[in-house]
Amino acid sequence: MNTDTSPAIELRGAGKAFRTPSGTLHTAVRELDLTVGQGEFVAVVGPTGCGKSTTLTLVSGLEEPTDGEVLVAGEPVEGIGDKVGFVFQQDAVFPWRTVLSNVMAGPRFRGVAKAEAKEMARAWLARVGLSAFEDRYPHQLSGGQRKRVALAATFVNDPRILLMDEPFSALDVQTRALMSDELLDLWSGTGASVVFVTHDLEESIALADRVVVMTAGPATVKRIFDIDLPRPRKVESVRLEPRFIEIYREIWESLGEEVRITRERGAADVA
Amino acid sequence: MSPDTVAAPGVKPGTRARARARAARNRRLLVHGSRVLLLVVVVALWEILARAEVIDPFNFSMPSAIWDQIREWAVHGTAQGSLWEQIWYTLYEALLGWVLGVTAGVVLGITLGRIRFLADVLGPYIKVLNAIPRIVLAPVFLIWFGLGPASKVASAVVLVFFPVFFNAFQGAREVDRNLVNNARILGASNRRVTLQVVIPSATSWIFTSLHVSFGFALIGAIVGEYIGATKGLGLLVAASQGTFNAAGVYAAMAILAVVALLTEGLLTFAERRLFRWRPAEAGTER
Repeated sequence: MNTDTSPAIELRGAGKAFRTPSGTLHTAVRELDLTVGQGEFVAVVGPTGCGKSTTLTLVSGLEEPTDGEVLVAGEPVEGIGDKVGFVFQQDAVFPWRTVLSNVMAGPRFRGVAKAEAKEMARAWLARVGLSAFEDRYPHQLSGGQRKRVALAATFVNDPRILLMDEPFSALDVQTRALMSDELLDLWSGTGASVVFVTHDLEESIALADRVVVMTAGPATVKRIFDIDLPRPRKVESVRLEPRFIEIYREIWESLGEEVRITRERGAADVA
Repeated sequence: MSPDTVAAPGVKPGTRARARARAARNRRLLVHGSRVLLLVVVVALWEILARAEVIDPFNFSMPSAIWDQIREWAVHGTAQGSLWEQIWYTLYEALLGWVLGVTAGVVLGITLGRIRFLADVLGPYIKVLNAIPRIVLAPVFLIWFGLGPASKVASAVVLVFFPVFFNAFQGAREVDRNLVNNARILGASNRRVTLQVVIPSATSWIFTSLHVSFGFALIGAIVGEYIGATKGLGLLVAASQGTFNAAGVYAAMAILAVVALLTEGLLTFAERRLFRWRPAEAGTER
């Protein structure tokens, strides 16, 4: 058993190419090398549409790599593992289930008895502050509340690996900061490893232990930055600290270049 | 200008709200009143023109004769037995055909929507079958299954199956990828994804087809009866036509319309109950 010493996630030269409807091969990511330690919070930033999300689908097992290897806890990924949680960019709560039933879905899918699943779901709903809403349907909630349901539904499965694909990008700025704090709060103490994909550099620095900058598509790792801000952090206040601004400037120098390349390509496509 | 249409400056908000409510009520009354008026005018014109023999009452009958015919059937029964029995027969055939057709359509639609291989293999054949004007199958079914209800049920089934099948198939195909991925990550097996994600999201597609398809089931039953039967409203139409009883044909039509409207109402009621999770449509908010 090497699960205790091996890193939570390891990508070794991983690449993914899709066949487009017109028959050509589109490379989303290439030669990805990345290691995420146990309990580590890693944020992945890159220009929009560069293939950041593909990295997550490879780790989750939703897609298979066309090149290289993806390992979770030292084992190659084969199908969807039961240690993985995934929070999607768009709403992925089931609209025909009540809030409580949505949070119960994970344990129920995994064969937990109904009563026990209900108990677990209630506990997590309490932690995200939605106990009073358990009988509501998703359409009766605000965007932030729906995201909380999604978080509770993910955390109730006690994932060892938490994959987040721009989870808060659809929320307004204030709600986003609030949700980021809440995420840090829920995550602390679980010991789960997090890969958080975003195009918002501020968000990534405020949340993560390390920030991975991706190149313009087809994406690969450009540089990795260590974030030495102390925890626990408060998202709203940490971004005003001088060290934060220093880190921001440093990373932006690297990221900005890729953003420019992407933009110029976009402009060339339009012309 | 009438004084009560112009709100005086500084008028209390309560009176303005009341005025608006009154205006809305008046409009509703106007719409309903106009509807009734239109019906009365058409029916009256029909009656008058037929009595004055401007239109031939033998061919076109007249409302009073149709009403008499319905009453006669209701009170003394038809040549084939009581009117209620005829209605029940037709309804029974249509309902049975509808349930069978819907079940087959939903099961096959979802299955093919989920299993790409089957869809690719069977797709062209289903298209060919759908291209046949299926009502011509009614005589074939009569030969196969005889004069009893079975042949009518069969015609109803083939009419109902296709619209339901195509909607269920489309519904299963267009399930939000995110929901499916989310369910899989949360630990759902393929069977669970089908039962708890695909089917619930396809229900709104399926329900749209249910409304249309019940009408088709009635058509199937009636046409089947018309071609050959021992009981039913379609036979009533055929028998009336055979004796040149125009009023009888119209009376049977009127009864059918009422039956169809009532079942449609029941279906809408069931739909409301089933779709509590869906946001209310604009304007009907709780």
